[in-house]
Amino acid sequence: MSNAILGRLDLSSLSIWRAIENPTGSELIGAGAAMLVIVGGLAAVILLTWFRLWKPLWRDWLTSVDHKRIGIMYCALALIMLARGVIEGALMRTQQAFGLHGGFLAPDHFSELFSTHGTIMIFFVAMPFIAGVINYVMPLQIGARDMAFPVMNQISLGLTATGAALVMISLVLGEFSTGGWANYPPYTGGDFQPGPGPDYWIWAIVLAGIGTTLSGINFAVTIYKERAPGMDFLRMPIFCWTVICTSIIMVFALPPLTVAALMLAADRYLDFHFFTNDLGGNMMNYVNLFWLFGHPEVYLLVIPCYGIFSEVISTFSGKRIYGYMSMVYATMSIAVLSFCVWLHHFFTMGQSASINVAFGIASMAIAVPTGIKVYNWMATLFRGRVRMTVPMIYATGFFYLFVVGGLTGVMLANPVISFQVHNTLFLVAHFHNVIIPGVLFGLLAGYHYWFPKAFGFRLHEGWGRAAALLWIAGFSFTFLPLYWLGLQGMPRRSVTFSDPAFQPMMWLALFGAALIVSALGCIAVQLWISIRKRDQLAVPLGDPWNGRSLEWSIPAPPPAYNFAVLPQVCARDDFAEAKADGRAYRAPGQYEDIEMPDNTAIGMIVCVCATLLGLALVFWIWWLAILSFAAMILALIGRTFRVNARHVIPAAEIAAEHRAWLARIEAAPAVDRLEETHERNLGRAVLEQPGRLEAAQ
Amino acid sequence: MTDPDHRSEARLYLAGFGLALTLTLIPFGLVHWRLMQGRALAITIAVLAVAQIVVHLRFFLHINLSRQKREDLQLILFTVLLLAIMAFGTLWIMGNLATRM
Amino acid sequence: MSTPNLHPGLNLGTRHGAAHEGAETIVFGFWIFLMSDLVIFGLVFASYLTVANPMGMAGGPGPADAFDLRSVFIQTMILLTSSLTFGFATLAMRHEHGRRAIAVWLGVSLLLGLGFLVMELRDFAHMIEVGAVPQRSGFWSAFWGLVPLHGLHVAIGCLWIVVMLVQMAVLGLIPVVKTRLLRLGLFWHFLDLIWVAIFSIVYLGGLMP
Repeated sequence: MSNAILGRLDLSSLSIWRAIENPTGSELIGAGAAMLVIVGGLAAVILLTWFRLWKPLWRDWLTSVDHKRIGIMYCALALIMLARGVIEGALMRTQQAFGLHGGFLAPDHFSELFSTHGTIMIFFVAMPFIAGVINYVMPLQIGARDMAFPVMNQISLGLTATGAALVMISLVLGEFSTGGWANYPPYTGGDFQPGPGPDYWIWAIVLAGIGTTLSGINFAVTIYKERAPGMDFLRMPIFCWTVICTSIIMVFALPPLTVAALMLAADRYLDFHFFTNDLGGNMMNYVNLFWLFGHPEVYLLVIPCYGIFSEVISTFSGKRIYGYMSMVYATMSIAVLSFCVWLHHFFTMGQSASINVAFGIASMAIAVPTGIKVYNWMATLFRGRVRMTVPMIYATGFFYLFVVGGLTGVMLANPVISFQVHNTLFLVAHFHNVIIPGVLFGLLAGYHYWFPKAFGFRLHEGWGRAAALLWIAGFSFTFLPLYWLGLQGMPRRSVTFSDPAFQPMMWLALFGAALIVSALGCIAVQLWISIRKRDQLAVPLGDPWNGRSLEWSIPAPPPAYNFAVLPQVCARDDFAEAKADGRAYRAPGQYEDIEMPDNTAIGMIVCVCATLLGLALVFWIWWLAILSFAAMILALIGRTFRVNARHVIPAAEIAAEHRAWLARIEAAPAVDRLEETHERNLGRAVLEQPGRLEAAQ
Repeated sequence: MTDPDHRSEARLYLAGFGLALTLTLIPFGLVHWRLMQGRALAITIAVLAVAQIVVHLRFFLHINLSRQKREDLQLILFTVLLLAIMAFGTLWIMGNLATRM
Repeated sequence: MSTPNLHPGLNLGTRHGAAHEGAETIVFGFWIFLMSDLVIFGLVFASYLTVANPMGMAGGPGPADAFDLRSVFIQTMILLTSSLTFGFATLAMRHEHGRRAIAVWLGVSLLLGLGFLVMELRDFAHMIEVGAVPQRSGFWSAFWGLVPLHGLHVAIGCLWIVVMLVQMAVLGLIPVVKTRLLRLGLFWHFLDLIWVAIFSIVYLGGLMP
């Protein structure tokens, strides 16, 4: 079965070969996906070669330690994985729409689909997207030149990419786990799934998880130690507060996942008995450990999106955020409470009613700080001059859909109801209802909001609106019917069903899935058109939305060193205040040399070694595992001998760039908010405080 | 204000070492010579262990209560809080399950 | 009592200039890492406790059949002494006693660390002999998940000491080497702290009359 050189890798590991041997519809779809990965990879290689982009890619991106570029790479990774996740979701909807007594997918293939869909959407879409936005925005908002540990930041990205690469490779080689995104043993133990599937899950999660823990450390230290002078904690934008909470969760909630996954690995590889049925193993402890991670994880995802919505709503209402302190307290209490509720994911496991009640009450309590936030956002909108730009459309969708999702969450926090709808589509509807409007809409709003800052041109407004409306409608048509189906008793994760009463709602959900796919298409088209029309959409002066925080006070895209001179912060929403007081856009008395870290290849080395290590472990290729692990450790140790890996940007160069930009600001017309989606918007906003505007009229 | 000299700092390390040594010898002695039993022994061992951890934190890791920068202490206390929630929650849930099986 | 500290743990002091200031960020980051590691240990401890009962032992050997209190006591003494000697290495750096003094104390700590590992490996060999292997029961799986995890950390610490000895020789006592030594010290003391929990819960708790 297993040999010394290739381990257990053989011809039948190739999903394309399996389709040739056994050409059923299900296998052909699997082979098609594998072909897509291979063709996509080849196309990327050919295009890069054709346009001679290898060198710039390596020099400007892959070896960069600039937090802005790393952030963009995270987001690009997330968008690619999002495409796969959405297609998988649509495929599952299609299967179930035709799933009355059958359908076209084999049960195992369907199980693989929901396992990869969940794993990808949580770990390789939501998490990298969030890490990307935080990486890009947070240092700019606190007035820092870079993250506290730029090289470690690159290594985090490398490890996240490793996890994503392993999941993609599983389409071509072997198969993925069929145990769902939570991968519960004993079903994922060696007895039931001896193949490579659960091993892919384990190593993708463990390696990416280490990267996420390191990111959390990096974010926390950056906020604690790298804030600009005057940027007290209570002057930080709400987004930065949410980043603190998220990084706390990253640091403290990822360890349970690492522990659970490594214990499962010990069971599978070394015949341990942590979670086995026999010899004193206790599979319930896996469930416990997994959700010790899993629940804080959903708050890890949604809290920064609350932060994004806070920024978006405040900016597009032209008002400071309402109830800043209550927002801070609410965010912190959600972060701490998120560690106290994990049992509500397994009310039915068999513990006593009093434990269930305790965790049920704790779960319902989270609705209180969340409610405070919703009211604060509403109060921020109240009497603001609201502009319905694309991020605000997402925010509106978020308001009405997320509240529905939150309320069904309160329902599910009641153990009695949870027993009734346990393992039904009601649950699927609930968590999609919080994660899509909460997390994905938030991230897409953030993508629209900060894209002009990152690239110097706005995204096309019309296609953006189409995408946002399609997302909202698509979500509603896909997932609201699932509530009904769940209440009718349709179990989740079932490839087929036998009750014809489920059929109409299934078709409705399929229609919704089609809308979501077209929303994704609109986002792709929008990006393409925006790049083509980048000259009309250009906002090089850096402040297209009349922004309020420091990231808008610098050019778009910002220089590598972010701030020519570190800002002196005097107030909350400092840039808005500076514009009001006339402090903005002033040339500093003198410029100083800036020292920045050099590029390094260590992140890529870690990424390649870790990917090989993961593959070697999945396919039992022990020599490769040892070799790649040793190479990684040696590279990391070797790297520590390279000291003084920094270069100096001379003051004269900085002064020239900054003065040129200030001159353009001086010359540029300032646009008011009615024209912000117009070509005339070059990124300099007319100062319009609500009170003063009314006085002027 | 001057920094303490090497001698006095080394003495602090030795004091920590002495305390830790004592707090190690007692529980080992109790178990080895079977001087106590059952619950009382378990509680004694736990108290001595916590005391020794505090000694290590104070004398080797230099965490104390009188400092301008308090982030370290906050961080440790916060971690202990979360760890207590997670570890005791785990023991509570799994213990309860075990009694009901 | 002294100049204000910039970060948790022993500070180098203002006379070390850049090394002292640079330590503020990096040592704080390292503390967060240690706390994350502490959560890992805490959960493995909790998992160990959930199976430290007859059901978890599944009729296999129990603690009394496999643990050797004498050996554990010696290991404890070795690790505690190494904490002291590492403390002296840090003090030698703080008070600028020169590379040689630091290297000697580091070398002593390294030898003690290796001695600890040898003793622990002998214990493990004994356990394998009496059939206390992880494949035997959930209890032994949890033990082998916990105690060797600490041993692995000690081994990493030893490797780190070796790397630092080389770096001191090659790079000299430059600021970055000093802050690395500070962090290594925290790591080393942290491992001793974990060991206190291990000998109290696993060994003394397991051998309680």
